[in-house]
Amino acid sequence: MSTSTDLTERVSADTSPRIVDRAQYGLAAFLVLSGGYVVYDGTTLGDAFADQPVQPWALSYAVGGVLLLLGLGLGAATARGDRAEAEDGEDIDLSGSTDVRTVGLLALVLIANLALIDRLGWAITGALLFTGACGALGSRTWLRNLAVGVALSVGSFYLFYSVLGVPLPAGVLDGVL
Amino acid sequence: MDLLLQGFETALTPENLLFALLGVLLGTAVGVMPGIGPAMALALLLPITYTVGVDSAIIMFAGIYYGGMYGGSTTSILLNTPGESSSVITAIEGNKMAKAGRASQALATAAVGSFVAGTIGTVLLWVLVPSVADVVVQLGAPSYFAVMVLAFFAVTMVLGTSRLRGFISLFLGLGIALVGTSTGQARMTFGQPLLADGIDVVVVAVGIFAIGEALWVAAHLRRKPLEIIPVGQPWMSRSDWKRSWKPWLRGTALGFPFGALPAGGAEVPTFLSYAAERRLSKHPEEFGKGAIEGVAGPEAANNASAAGTLLPLLTLGLPTTATATIMLVAIQSYGIQPGPQLLDSEPGLVWGLLASLVIANALLLVINLPMAPLWAKLLQIPRPQLYAGILFFATLGAYTVNFQAFDLALLLLLGVLGFAMRRFGLPVLPLIVGVILGPTMESKLTEALSISQGDVSTLWSEPVAVVVYAVIALMLVLSTVRGAGGRPSPAAVVPDGATGPDGIHGTARTASIDRVEHGSDRSIDEATEPEESLR
Repeated sequence: MSTSTDLTERVSADTSPRIVDRAQYGLAAFLVLSGGYVVYDGTTLGDAFADQPVQPWALSYAVGGVLLLLGLGLGAATARGDRAEAEDGEDIDLSGSTDVRTVGLLALVLIANLALIDRLGWAITGALLFTGACGALGSRTWLRNLAVGVALSVGSFYLFYSVLGVPLPAGVLDGVL
Repeated sequence: MDLLLQGFETALTPENLLFALLGVLLGTAVGVMPGIGPAMALALLLPITYTVGVDSAIIMFAGIYYGGMYGGSTTSILLNTPGESSSVITAIEGNKMAKAGRASQALATAAVGSFVAGTIGTVLLWVLVPSVADVVVQLGAPSYFAVMVLAFFAVTMVLGTSRLRGFISLFLGLGIALVGTSTGQARMTFGQPLLADGIDVVVVAVGIFAIGEALWVAAHLRRKPLEIIPVGQPWMSRSDWKRSWKPWLRGTALGFPFGALPAGGAEVPTFLSYAAERRLSKHPEEFGKGAIEGVAGPEAANNASAAGTLLPLLTLGLPTTATATIMLVAIQSYGIQPGPQLLDSEPGLVWGLLASLVIANALLLVINLPMAPLWAKLLQIPRPQLYAGILFFATLGAYTVNFQAFDLALLLLLGVLGFAMRRFGLPVLPLIVGVILGPTMESKLTEALSISQGDVSTLWSEPVAVVVYAVIALMLVLSTVRGAGGRPSPAAVVPDGATGPDGIHGTARTASIDRVEHGSDRSIDEATEPEESLR
């Protein structure tokens, strides 16, 4: 198994010092910024009732403050060579680098869905979501995926409508479905 | 007793039996399927709570929980990659058995062991839930607040590989929980009126579990298919039975308390059970090469701890695993607040659930033993369609919360957060527990301080609270002492194998399996040391 040697190498690389995971500074900065925002948001809140022991801002200060400190702590740990253990799984091969293109395409598919769902309706966008996601993940059987996608979206539309009594948006197909 | 019989009446109605069956089948399917765990499956199924009655939904969810555990062991045995961290040992020892041509026996001892452990665990719940509920119902707000703080520490520290990362995750969750309206004022809403009611927990759970996972897998999709070991009908010979029954019982005895105390989920007891079996076995030389005891014990421990987690969930409203957390969300979505009052206010629901657990267990055994070869086929499902399907149902589930495209934008943002958490090794469980328990904690604190008219000393005025804070302090001290020596405790269980809540961490874990793969006994030897490191 070639992957196992890769893994062993990577693990030994994990433990060796002086390799700084620069991306982790980004996470630390995110934590500091969001912690700062939570505290700032807390300062905009007034007292609810004078006799209320836990005011709305109390938790904002506590949570935001701790987030800020954790961000600083993570930054310091990163500088000392702390590296993350990325999550593994059955379908995950960590020996390669991040496949930015696939993730970006999937994000585009999700954004297209949320932009169009109210206009075109779930029966259409759901099918496109499934087909698009299959394509982004490397499947080339477009027609079959589209057929499955339509079956899923129209099927879920009717399932929600008739069995669960919840109408999903019909969009342009209003009156057709 | 009467209540239990009534519970069986609830659970045995044809409708609820059907839901139990559905849950068990669905749970096993998602447990076997790579990429989907029981927690994600429950998150995707939360819309079902809009129309199905509360007892049916909970019975089905319990079936999915147990079924997911069972299905996960099938994957570990046939694929040699643990889907959850609690299946690490099964992936080592069970896969060795499968490679040696004993896949059928490995599956059988896992299935029967799960049944034995689940049944004993459920009977223990019958005894313990009423008596524990009697005690906790007397807890005042200060004690309850202390217990919640303990739960935060427990899911954050005992499970995680890194305390820093655990706390980052917990406070991100608490931050998300701040969004909404607090005593009439908009808090953390970024001026967005759609956020005035807060971010729905369903959107958070689906975003973190499903979208985050799908994006993460997409970034690292394995292009070469994994080797799957073909399997026939599971069965065991007389000597297999003889070697299995004691490990089942010992595994149950180890697993249940770990699940019942909010103290660290399923992975620690599986390691302990493995170590114990190796020590007690008459065939220690077989360990690391496919000893049936090494599958029987840990699998029983795994399932017993799953049953155990229902004790704090039903009596205190405290979830200690990701799956239990989503069950809590489901119960809450019916306007029922799990907690000390639950058994008094909803006896039908609780006893119906407790009765249905036995039924779910029996169904699992009867249905799944003959179906094992069929389940194994699920491992070959094409990945693009699998993950596209996950995205499809995740979107559908999040959209049906409010029917707002805005929620889908939140879903994507949370999915990106879930992706980042997987990239940076942040455990998911503390975040989701923070989101759910954050508001409850704030209200308990307010309640306690209102009664005392702002006197903070009320927080340690009850003996239970004092004891709980002492336990937290002890945990902190222990983990600091151990942290100075290198790592926090659970990681020490398998020194080069990090364990995380519900399969959150794993690089080194797989590495430890791979070392075994190379024929080195080292990590197995190390795996037998947890007793020392946990004492």
